Amino acid sequence: MSRSSTIRKSPMGQSLGDSPTLDVEAVRREFPALSQTIHGHPLVYLDNAASAQKPQPVIDRVAKAYAEDYSNVHRGVHSLSQRATDAYESARETARGFLGAARVEEALFVRGTTEGINLVAQGFLRPQLAPGDEIVISTMEHHSNIVPWQMVCQQTGARLKVAPIDDRGDLDLGALEDLLGERTRMLALVHISNALGTINPVHDIVAMARKRGIPTLFDGAQAAPHCALDVAALGCDFYTLSGHKLFGPTGIGVLYGRYELLEAMEPYQGGGDMIRSVTFESTEYNVPPHKFEAGTPHIVGAIGLAAAMDYVTNLGFEAIAAHEADLLDYATQRLQAIPQVRLIGTAEHKAAVISFLVEGVHAHDVGTILDHQGIAVRAGHHCAQPIMDFFGVAATARASFAFYNTRQEADRLADGILKILEIFD
Amino acid sequence: MSDLREIYQDVILDHYRKPRNFAVLEQASHHAKGHNPLCGDRIDVYLSVEDGVLQDVSFQGAGCAISTASASLMTEAVKGKGLDAVQSLFETFHRMVTQPEDDAQGVDLGKLEALAGVRELPVRIKCATLSWHTLQAALEQQDKPASTE
Ligand SMILES: Cc1ncc(COP(=O)(O)O)c(C=O)c1O
Repeated sequence: MSRSSTIRKSPMGQSLGDSPTLDVEAVRREFPALSQTIHGHPLVYLDNAASAQKPQPVIDRVAKAYAEDYSNVHRGVHSLSQRATDAYESARETARGFLGAARVEEALFVRGTTEGINLVAQGFLRPQLAPGDEIVISTMEHHSNIVPWQMVCQQTGARLKVAPIDDRGDLDLGALEDLLGERTRMLALVHISNALGTINPVHDIVAMARKRGIPTLFDGAQAAPHCALDVAALGCDFYTLSGHKLFGPTGIGVLYGRYELLEAMEPYQGGGDMIRSVTFESTEYNVPPHKFEAGTPHIVGAIGLAAAMDYVTNLGFEAIAAHEADLLDYATQRLQAIPQVRLIGTAEHKAAVISFLVEGVHAHDVGTILDHQGIAVRAGHHCAQPIMDFFGVAATARASFAFYNTRQEADRLADGILKILEIFD
Repeated sequence: MSDLREIYQDVILDHYRKPRNFAVLEQASHHAKGHNPLCGDRIDVYLSVEDGVLQDVSFQGAGCAISTASASLMTEAVKGKGLDAVQSLFETFHRMVTQPEDDAQGVDLGKLEALAGVRELPVRIKCATLSWHTLQAALEQQDKPASTE
């Protein structure tokens, strides 16, 4: 698989001749964190769904932004401020392209998925909600796509409706459709589940909602690192992602919102930059996206995120998806071959996330013993307690893969689980 | 991996597989619930206190090897002891699992010393102390569940 260049340059995942492939070893060399040892073993990083490691180009871009081009944005007439503003606004253009939005003003910089959802709940939905109105989510949501809606329900008397999932972790589309009614004011769903790996059929879901004029939001925290996005083609109203899961900095993410909706919305926070003019009597708000970006934003975070978006786009999602599908198949086979392992989440369309239980061993002990073998997995409820309740477990261990993981690492995971069984024998 | 064996010793694994005093105490004078929000572990501790002595103690719950073994070992260690002795045992135990090795030496904790390796696992210390915090909450007859947070 060795290629002359690190990666085949195939922006947007178009194949050059034969189907695109990743030179995984070369890619790994670009992630400094991956080459360390933990407890004397080479690190196997399988906690990508919690947060992903950063490639050197992102680290370098962040360092350069601080070292050479740093000042506040949108405020100064001096050259550095102009350079920082240009870099920040060009990061917004990168984010627009990454999400497939029609207009650059539709890409708002937020702290992450969590803030994106809160912004929509408070800025878009709250002013329109009346008692008895309904918001529809599903059983497989992350807490960040549950609690903001519960809060707005408490504030307005609206009600939260929850679409069920089946034993494999697939959304029950029929039951979901039945929940959509006269009073539904928002349908907010996860695109790819962090706890189960389930990939939801977002196109069908948007069609269902649009037929009834119901606005849609997708939590794309886990989708952004694994598949090409095109919100314009999808036709959703809001879509939000986190930079840190996309190989970029923490504290930065993007909320896509359809321009007409953003224009009509109330601001989320008040402060500098989000206004046109202020007197003590009244304030005229700025236009989107600035209306929603009160105060000094995470300038360098946005610049770093754009570098991360460029990085994965250059690898190509077609190549990423092919490699991750292979990893998922291979790791699933290895784990299923261990009789004491039970997989939680076996949806038909799945991302490379494997939640599992080891018979007779608590997930935390699984996590600790794997860590001592250099293998990083998450153990716990994955901020998705309703899913744990649904499957009747307190916690699972979760191995989540990224494009830089290898089959050998899946082997290390399987061998690590065998070691656990030895200790607990 | 010698340090792993230090944590998952035979004593720990034995008490995890066959927890002692694992039952509801029908005639308990004190009871409290404990919860570790980090991992979702839950525990119930039941006490029967008479004349300042812990006559009987039991627990129930589902948890990891460390929290289950720690609870089981705790019940063995405190049964029949006076409340003052229980309190000072808790303090010594707490020091053992939270302080660097040197500072904790000197007091013989008997079987409880099987849990000393936990001090090397900062995120797991709460697993080892959950049952003890719950015991304290039961003695104080608190209404709200004991929490490691
Ligand atoms: C599906 C999903 N939604 C939302 C979030 C929250 O993302 P953040 O903490 O970056 O706001 C996460 C992160 O764990 C997630 O996996």
